[in-house]
Amino acid sequence: MSEVAADRQSMEVDIVCVGFGPATGGFLITLSRAMQDPALQPHLQSKAMPGMPLQVVCYERADDIGFGVSGVVTRARGIRASFHDLEPGEIPMAHDVSHEKVVWLKDPIGASRRPGGVKGLDAAMASLRLLGKGGPHAVELPYIPDFMKKDDGLLLSIGQFNQWVGSLLMSSGLVQIWPGMPVAEPLVDDDRVVGVRLLDQGTDLRGDPTEAYMPGMDVRAALTVVGDGPVGPVGRKLDEHFGMPEDHHQRDWAVGMKMVVDLPTDCPLEPGTVFHTIGYPEPEIFGFFYVYPGNVASLGIFVPSWFDSPVRTSYRYLQHWMLHPYVWRYLEGGTLRSWGAKTLQESGRRGEPHLVGDGYARIGEGSGSTNVLTGSGVDEAWTTGVQLAEGVIELLKQDKPFTRANLEAAYVQRRRESWVERGARIAEKARDGFQKGFLAGFIGMGLSGLSRGRINISGPAKRPYEPVPSLQQYYDGKLQVDEIERIRQAAAAAGTSLHDALMEAAGWPAISYDGKLLISHQDALLLGGKVQAPAGYPDHVVFLYPSVCEACETKLCIEICSGEAITPGEGGVPQFDREKCIHCGACFWSCTQPREDDPERTVLEFGAGAGGLHSAEN
Amino acid sequence: MSAGFHIAVCGSLVPDPLQTLEPVDTPAGPGLKSEMMLPAVLDPWAAHALYEAAHLAKNTGDSKVWLVSLGPKARLQQLMMNIAQKVPFELVALDGPAGGFSDAYEVAAALAGAVEKIDGLDRPRLLLFGGRSSASRDAGVTLQMVGERLGITDQFLAVDKLTVQDDGSLRVLERVEGGVYQASVCEGPPAVLAWSTGELPEPPNNPQVGMQNMRAIMPALQQAQPAAVSAAGITYRNVEVPRQRRDTKIVKDVPAEEIAREIVEWLRS
Repeated sequence: MSEVAADRQSMEVDIVCVGFGPATGGFLITLSRAMQDPALQPHLQSKAMPGMPLQVVCYERADDIGFGVSGVVTRARGIRASFHDLEPGEIPMAHDVSHEKVVWLKDPIGASRRPGGVKGLDAAMASLRLLGKGGPHAVELPYIPDFMKKDDGLLLSIGQFNQWVGSLLMSSGLVQIWPGMPVAEPLVDDDRVVGVRLLDQGTDLRGDPTEAYMPGMDVRAALTVVGDGPVGPVGRKLDEHFGMPEDHHQRDWAVGMKMVVDLPTDCPLEPGTVFHTIGYPEPEIFGFFYVYPGNVASLGIFVPSWFDSPVRTSYRYLQHWMLHPYVWRYLEGGTLRSWGAKTLQESGRRGEPHLVGDGYARIGEGSGSTNVLTGSGVDEAWTTGVQLAEGVIELLKQDKPFTRANLEAAYVQRRRESWVERGARIAEKARDGFQKGFLAGFIGMGLSGLSRGRINISGPAKRPYEPVPSLQQYYDGKLQVDEIERIRQAAAAAGTSLHDALMEAAGWPAISYDGKLLISHQDALLLGGKVQAPAGYPDHVVFLYPSVCEACETKLCIEICSGEAITPGEGGVPQFDREKCIHCGACFWSCTQPREDDPERTVLEFGAGAGGLHSAEN
Repeated sequence: MSAGFHIAVCGSLVPDPLQTLEPVDTPAGPGLKSEMMLPAVLDPWAAHALYEAAHLAKNTGDSKVWLVSLGPKARLQQLMMNIAQKVPFELVALDGPAGGFSDAYEVAAALAGAVEKIDGLDRPRLLLFGGRSSASRDAGVTLQMVGERLGITDQFLAVDKLTVQDDGSLRVLERVEGGVYQASVCEGPPAVLAWSTGELPEPPNNPQVGMQNMRAIMPALQQAQPAAVSAAGITYRNVEVPRQRRDTKIVKDVPAEEIAREIVEWLRS
C-alpha cells in the first residue's frame, strides 16, 4: 500500500468540522457572524492560508445536510438566543407549541408485556380517566411536570432546520459545508489531533482499492471540531484512543423511528399540537406525535437499549403504536411522506467523553449533551456548539493555540457554567431506575425531576447486552420452546428476521397493509426513506469475528436493524446490504457479543460510510 | 489544437428524483408541493454534460469550463454543496425560477444572455453544452434555442460521445431510435452539444476541487443577476407527474427467465 499512501493528498485549513447537525450549526453560525464583524476580523485570519480569512470546512456523511435526522419539540432556549427575533415561519415546517399532552396508552389487544407493576399503573391510570380524556384505551394525564413541559417551545423538522441554517451559512460565504463526504477517522499525532482523514473512495465492499481508487484526503487543521453524533466514527475513535473519563460510559441508547405523515383532511389536530405517549406497545417504548403546519405530522417511537427483548424491533412496534385507537383516530386515511430512524445516546452527562484535547473539541449529542430527563437534545447540542465558537473566538483574539488547557478554559468552563450543565447534572441519574425495570424507571424519573436531581433511584448501569435474555426466557409462559425453535428454523430458511413471526405467535395481530401508511418495512425504506448508497465505498458494518456471530443465538443486530439491511447469512454470520442501511447505528449498540479484550465494545464494527436516507423532512 | 475549448455548460437544479413530487396550483402557475423544501440535485442530463465538459477540458490544454445556472439563488447555493467537489468549473449564476414550468423560450433567452456576458469567453472556441431534455419538460428545445441566439449553427442534440480528432474536428455520436448512433463530424467550435448520457460515471468527491471552486462560486452567487423568466402567456390545461406503481417482493435464487416472465405479466396487468 506504500504506493497508494504516496498518492494520498493533504490539505491545510484552520478549522475542520466533522458532521453537520445542530451542534455544528450553532458553532458555525456563531463563528461566521464573528468573521463578519470588522472589529474581530483582524483576529480571525487564516494561518493555513495567510492573507485569507479563517479557512473553515465541515464534512458531512449524508448526501445532503438535511437528510437523515428527526423531528423535535424543543424549548429552543439556545436556538432563540442565537436568533433573537426568530419567527417559526422562517423555517419550513416549524411552529410554536400550542397544545401539549402526555398520554398513557393501555394495551387494547392484550399482547403487550405487562408485569404486575405495569398492570397496577394501568389500574391507577384508569382511575385518573375520571379526571381527563382519552377514550377507553388511553388516559390523557391531567398534569405535566415542569421538567417535561415544552409548551413555550418550538416544533422543528431538524432536516428543514439544518437546511435553513446551512443556507444562512452558505450565504455568508465564510464557511464551506460539504455533504456526501464521510470522514473516516481523526489524525492523531502523539496524542494531538491534527485533523481528519476522509473516507477512501473507489473501493470494493471490503475496502480494497479498485481502478477508481482515490485515497481519502488528509485535512489538517489547528482545530478539529467533532460533532458527528452518537455513533460517529471520529468521536468513537477518539474515545478508543483517549478512553473515557473515570466512571463515564455510554451504555444507554435508544433508536427513534419516525414517520412524517400527511394527516387526513378531517384531522382535528391543530398545528403546534404535541403529545407524548407511554405504556404501549410495550411499557418501555415511548411515542411522540408533533403536528406541523399544513396538516402534516411527525410521529414515532423510541425503543431503548434497556428494553431487554432479544427480538427488539422498531418498525413492527411503530406500526402497532400507530394502530393504537388513541393514535389511529388521527392517522386513519393519512399518507406516508417520509420515514427514518436514528440512534440517540441516552447516557447524558454520564456518557460525556473527554470534551477537549490538544487540537480537538467535542460538541453535541456525541459529547453527552443530551438531557435525558427532559428528553431534550437539539437545543443543548446547538448551545454546546455556540459555546465552543465563543471559546474559539476568545482564543483567536488572544492568539492562543488550541491546546487542551486553553480549550478547557475557553470552552469547557463556559459549558460547565451554563444551563446545559446544570440541567445535565439534575438529569444525570434520572434514568438509572430503568435498569431495574420500567416501573422503577418511571418512578425514578419522576423523583429526579421533581426533586431537581436530589432524589434518584440510582444504581449501576448495565452494558446494553447484559440484560438481554434468551428467546426461551423472554417468551417463557407465552411460547413453548419447540415453537420458538420451529419459528427460528423457518426464519433461517427464509432468510428473514424472527420478530414478526414470534410477535404474532405471542398474540400481536398481523398488520393489514393499507398501501398508504401501513406498508411493508421495505416499502417504508424505499418510499419514505428513499435510501441511497453510492458505489465505491466499503461496507461500514463489519462482523469482526465471524465465529462469534455464528455461535450467537440472539443476533439482535438482525432484529433491530431499521432498514432490514442486516439479514441472516449463510453459515450463521449475518450479511449486510449497505444499499438498505440508513446509518441509524442501532446494530452497533444492540450487538450482544462483547469483545474479549474490551467488554464495552462488541464484535460488530460500525464505521464511516456513505449514503443513507434521502428525505429532508425528517 | 493550438488553443483549448471554452465550454459553457447550461445546467441547473431539479428536485432530487427520489422525492415524491405532487403538482399544485400556485399564484404564479403550476408548481410542486413544498417545492422550496425539496432537496435538489443537478439535472441529471446537465450533470452528464458537466462531467463530459470537465473531462474534455482536462484533456485539452488551455480549456475552461463555466456552469451557467438559472435557479433561485438560495437553492443554487445548496446545489453547489453537492456538485462543487466533483469537477473544476466557474459558476455563472442567474437568480430566477427553476421549477420546470417556465417557458423554454424565456429560459433560453436568459441563458444566452448570460453566456454572451461571460468575461473572457472566446466565442470562436465556444462549445455550448447542456442536457438534451433540460429546462424543456423533455421537449429538448432549450439548448437548441440558446445556440440559435448565439448564432451557432452546428448543433447536436442527443450526444453520447464526442471525440476531438487530430485535425481539430469534432466527431459526434448522437443517439437515434433503434439503439443506433448517428455519427457526424464538424470542423470544430463553436458548436452546441446537448448530451444524452455520455459515457462517464459520476466523478468522486474531491475536496481540493471543492475548495478551489468555492472561492469563485460564492462571489458568483452573491453577484447573481435576477433573470426575468416566467411562464406568462402559457396556459397549462393539466399537470401531472408520471404515475408510479410499486409492488415489492423479495425473492432469492429465481431464474432470470422467471423474473422476466413475472415482469411482463406485471406490465400487462
